[in-house]
Amino acid sequence: MAINWFKYAAPSSFYGLAGKLVPWFAWPAAILFCVGIYIGFFVAPTDAVQSEAYRIIFIHVPASILSMFIYLIMAGYAALGLIFNTRLSSMMATSLAPTGALFAFISLWTGALWGKPMWGAWWVWDARLTSELILLFLYLGFISLQASIEDPRRADRAGALLAIVGSVNVPIIYFSVKWWNTLHQGSTVKLSGTSMHISMQQAMFTMFAALWLYAIAISLLRVRSIILERERNSQWVTEIVEMKQ
Amino acid sequence: MNKLSLMGLFGLVIRRDLMLAMRRRADVLTTLIFFVIVVSLFPLAVGSEMDMLRKMAPGVVWVAALLASMLSLGRMFSADYLDGTLEQMLLVPQSLSILVLGKIAAHWMLSGLPLVLVAPVLGLQFDMSGQALLILVLSLLLGTPVLSMIGAFGAALTLGLRGGGVLVSLLVLPLCIPVLIFGTGAVIAVTSGVSPASNLSLLGAFLLMSLLFAPWVSAQALRISME
Repeated sequence: MAINWFKYAAPSSFYGLAGKLVPWFAWPAAILFCVGIYIGFFVAPTDAVQSEAYRIIFIHVPASILSMFIYLIMAGYAALGLIFNTRLSSMMATSLAPTGALFAFISLWTGALWGKPMWGAWWVWDARLTSELILLFLYLGFISLQASIEDPRRADRAGALLAIVGSVNVPIIYFSVKWWNTLHQGSTVKLSGTSMHISMQQAMFTMFAALWLYAIAISLLRVRSIILERERNSQWVTEIVEMKQ
Repeated sequence: MNKLSLMGLFGLVIRRDLMLAMRRRADVLTTLIFFVIVVSLFPLAVGSEMDMLRKMAPGVVWVAALLASMLSLGRMFSADYLDGTLEQMLLVPQSLSILVLGKIAAHWMLSGLPLVLVAPVLGLQFDMSGQALLILVLSLLLGTPVLSMIGAFGAALTLGLRGGGVLVSLLVLPLCIPVLIFGTGAVIAVTSGVSPASNLSLLGAFLLMSLLFAPWVSAQALRISME
């Protein structure tokens, strides 16, 4: 049987598929989130060194991993859209950007909340903090570039080029910030210094899975809106609207 | 018409842009004056203790250079875009990358090179030592072309957009951070008695890498913006 791999590359057919997929990601995300929060607050023991404050890592670590990961996925989709001229890939890149920026922001914010009791300061010019901040700037640049271009095709392609250049730059920025940091200050508190309790690991991985599924669900939801907005003049969108009325 | 050699094209674009700029000298001077004013504001804002100023000097000069080069990015393509010259340039059967490289080189000569030449005088305001001044000039000489090249990419992406001036800074400044780090790092190294060679080599590496990629990427960005 010949499978048409490209069937769902068309926005019109992906719109329906995305709609069917959203609950399959959203519900597990919600359930895992509750489980993760429960394990994090009630099962995981209090840390010997950091007492209760360490519990912020259950949201902080998954959010920062995802913020970096989503940038790469976004750049990948953007590159696909630029190279193969597939509209859906570019729309996926656009729909991932706000989620990535949100995770970068959450990771900085929770990092500050953790830093105050641990380091005695809301903000430390640590290499990881600084590069996370720069990552947030890159997301904001991508979003504001696309927002200020009227023509969606140009917005897609300009954004794609920016995302690709950004992803080439991310390792350079990371290492330069790291070397800069060693010039200025010594090593700071390291989380991996002590072996983690098994329930702490469970909480963290559950939260990681929850946030990951949330990211997929919300970007599928967002891409549905983008598809509708871009294709508003096409036949099938008019039919959907008529059916709803 | 016979086809120009790549070097011929490169030289032609530089000569043209320089000549156009010489007809409107005020534009070049404003960037330079902006640079001087920004650097001079810092002692007024943070106080005039010589020890602190000496410590801050490389960072202040570098950040001011970064901001000044942002200021002049709007001019790189916009005049040609508005009067239709850029559209003709895209139609010419010559390498667009070399053409863009020529424009970048001209832009650097008009906005980067003056900053490099003025920097030592500003460094004296901050009581920098002779050796530190030399390294500052060297690091700016290696770093400002990179700023022009990354800037060209941003300027090409935001061509003809509303509020392009602010937007281009938003896109370009995060990408310039490595240059800033190693540019100031070289001067800090020499003042703390370490060899600045590693910082300068890294700046040189950035310069070579951006020479290789930036003209081509900027040319692609121009094509996207001009469609």
